[in-house]
Amino acid sequence: MNREIFKYLFFALVVLITPVFFQGNYLMNVLVFMGINTMLAIALNLLLGYAGQISLGHAGFFGLGAYISGVLTATYSWNPWFAMSFAAALVGISAFLVGFPVLKLKGHYLAMGTLGLGIIIYIMFNETVELTGGPSGFSGIANLSIGTLIFDSDFKNYYLIWTFVLVTVLLSLNLANSRVGRALRALHDSEVAARVMGVNARLLKVQIFALSAVICSVAGSLYAHTMTFIAPPSFGFNFSVELLTMVVIGGLGSIYGSFLGAALLTLLPEILREAKDYDIVIYGLILMLMVMFMPGGLVRGVPELFRKITGKGGGNA
Amino acid sequence: MQFDQLLQFSLSGLSTGAIYALIGVGFSIIYNATGIINFAQGEFVMLGGMLTLFFLETMQLPLWIAIPSAVCVSTLCGLLFERLAIRPLREATPINLVIITIAGSILIRGISMLLWDKDTHSIPSFSGDEPIAIGNATILPQHLWILAITLLIVGINRFYFYHTISGKAMRACAYNRRAAGLVGIDVKRMVLFSFMISSAMGGVAGIIVAPLTMTAYDVGIILGLKGFCAAIIGGMSSGLATVVGGLVLGVLESLGAGIVSSGYKDAIAFIILLLILIIRPQGLFGKAESERV
Repeated sequence: MNREIFKYLFFALVVLITPVFFQGNYLMNVLVFMGINTMLAIALNLLLGYAGQISLGHAGFFGLGAYISGVLTATYSWNPWFAMSFAAALVGISAFLVGFPVLKLKGHYLAMGTLGLGIIIYIMFNETVELTGGPSGFSGIANLSIGTLIFDSDFKNYYLIWTFVLVTVLLSLNLANSRVGRALRALHDSEVAARVMGVNARLLKVQIFALSAVICSVAGSLYAHTMTFIAPPSFGFNFSVELLTMVVIGGLGSIYGSFLGAALLTLLPEILREAKDYDIVIYGLILMLMVMFMPGGLVRGVPELFRKITGKGGGNA
Repeated sequence: MQFDQLLQFSLSGLSTGAIYALIGVGFSIIYNATGIINFAQGEFVMLGGMLTLFFLETMQLPLWIAIPSAVCVSTLCGLLFERLAIRPLREATPINLVIITIAGSILIRGISMLLWDKDTHSIPSFSGDEPIAIGNATILPQHLWILAITLLIVGINRFYFYHTISGKAMRACAYNRRAAGLVGIDVKRMVLFSFMISSAMGGVAGIIVAPLTMTAYDVGIILGLKGFCAAIIGGMSSGLATVVGGLVLGVLESLGAGIVSSGYKDAIAFIILLLILIIRPQGLFGKAESERV
């Protein structure tokens, strides 16, 4: 347990001092995105890695958070913090209600069901033009503020977002190591066995689904308030797939793995900017190779690779 | 809503529905043989259209050669996909299988975008654009082509699955892979066949629909998903139920677009998908099963 705390403090320290090296750099903006993606990846990982339930619709919850927050502050001039909490509550309750029928599905069917859900939400963003501005997007969303401190620069937003990330990481680690976490892992390995042991599998799945949706919604609100402009393409099917990729690349069931996955996938487009149109091909290729050769993700694959290399080296010598 | 309009929407819905049916049957064939939902299915539809365009315009071939060539090449892509991505991963978890097919679809889409471009292209109709009047509604000759070719393919499929050794072997795999292997059926080869057949069907669907809807490197996603809706309505059957599912979906979508709003057209399909999944996971016509895994 002490090791866990040490790991967390180290992570927090890295997060805290990173801006020193990038201040004034456009990379600060990328780091803000990385924080939002980390939150989303952790949210999906709680569902996928711990409870073993796939979702291809998480971009929808992210979008709901962003749009509810955005519309309430810009059109109805709510306080941003209040709008954010309201969005989280609303998305949480909706996910809880929708979760009961949808999470009855399993495997591929669940993938398709959640995908359908995500696409329906996405179409709503596009079609409710009077409310959301439709395909041309929605602008004029207020920044968050505490007293006189307004989060209007990348530097300030960095600390805002990463504070949320650190809280999310802490919550998730706690959850993973709690009774609920153990019940979830039992559910992941065998739903029948978990139920026999007295785990209320159905309720637990729905609860984790709702929690995951709430985290996505908060991330969405943060996104809306830092970007001040949102448009439907950020919340489509492709982004759901991207989130899934982050979780899988990082490693299922590993919170820090989700961070790694999110970091890699946020930086990748920046690195591949030179490659321009080739990025989609490289992206698909990386995803495919990862699943084929490192199905456990980076957190498990890299140490294993390391062991293999050093192990072989030792054997030859 | 007048009767004429209703007729018009239904007629055009039927032909889109036929496309969904073809794609849906392709989905089901792979699912039944392997238990995999192939998210890359839509990409073969895209390949069908884009390859036809390539053979027509770049290679300057006549339509009647371009079409079979396009079907052959997309079948080849299906074969390669199974060999390179699916076969090495047969023992993977369902989540990893979902991801590998998604990765495959991204890759195919990306390569097509690089090979061709990001533009939307049109393909000439097979036999002119002179509308044909049916009562007070009209349809295009291409609609007839779509319906006829779909019928033909469904017929061939039926013959293959019920009257040839290889088709019967594939059905045996669908019932019980292990038992099929024990009686000497080469299950691996059947899996390969299933990918080839469904990529060929996807390719055909893409070719016959292209003159109506135009084609581009990214048309595969939504068409593939609609095909999946059809398969779900049909209870993942590789036969008539999915064909009916596709037609029902096409007509409902077309009516919905006409009556409600065309913007929500795609939403209709997914709402139907969710309803069916939740209320009747065995499909509209299927018998209840204890568990869908």
